[in-house]
Amino acid sequence: MSARALINVPKTARRGDVIEIKTLISHVMETGYRHGTNGRGIPRDIITSFSCKYNGEEIFATQLYPAVAANPFFTFHAVATESGTISFHWIGDNGFEVTEEAKIAVV
Amino acid sequence: MKREVSRRAVLAVGSAAAAKAALPGQAQAQAQSYVPGQMEAAIRNLLGEAVIRKGRVTLDLPPLVENGNTVPMTVSVESPMTREDHVKAIHVFNEKNPQANVISMRFGARAGRAQVSTRIRLAGTQKLMAIAEMSDGSCWSDTQEVVITLAACLEDLVP
Repeated sequence: MSARALINVPKTARRGDVIEIKTLISHVMETGYRHGTNGRGIPRDIITSFSCKYNGEEIFATQLYPAVAANPFFTFHAVATESGTISFHWIGDNGFEVTEEAKIAVV
Repeated sequence: MKREVSRRAVLAVGSAAAAKAALPGQAQAQAQSYVPGQMEAAIRNLLGEAVIRKGRVTLDLPPLVENGNTVPMTVSVESPMTREDHVKAIHVFNEKNPQANVISMRFGARAGRAQVSTRIRLAGTQKLMAIAEMSDGSCWSDTQEVVITLAACLEDLVP
């Protein structure tokens, strides 16, 4: 299953600055509490976890529940300490897994 | 002249009975699944016997929401966010969704600022609670009341 992930990380930052990171991924986030037209339950299909690492060190991680809206969106922050890679990882039901990366140059 | 039963009353009784019959058993159970102690149980399950104090946390939600399927939410915590003193985690709980947990977030020492925005679902007007776990082990909280006009999760139940 392919999913579209959008990531917004500043390309450059000054050392020590707090940068804002935004992520959005397309996913239905089916709660498992709804019923279809035939009255049968629709099985749960959600993203269960998301994490963000800055040069390998975890800066933000979350555990998602069905109460998170469809197409999970997060805005969070990080301290720009050195140039490198910020990686993003989503894991979900039915083998859902997406990895993304963004580069940042710290001056 | 006296009419014994009005047309309107007959229709109201008829449609209510039809709606009840149309609801599958499971769905009915879900509609009544609100357990008063559910939120407290979920909090204790996650945080154990920790003392939760009010303050330092700001849970920002619109007071009136039209669509419970996407409710913007921002949680922020007052903290210097240094290696010695930072927010370890923020947990958000609700009162009346089928599941009391909304989201649990973990922060690294390099997160810079303990502030997160996301979008959540709410099944009806209810109270939300955000609890922050600090690196020194203390817990702080904030509570917010949200009024929802169209609830999430239940759209397939409404006839």
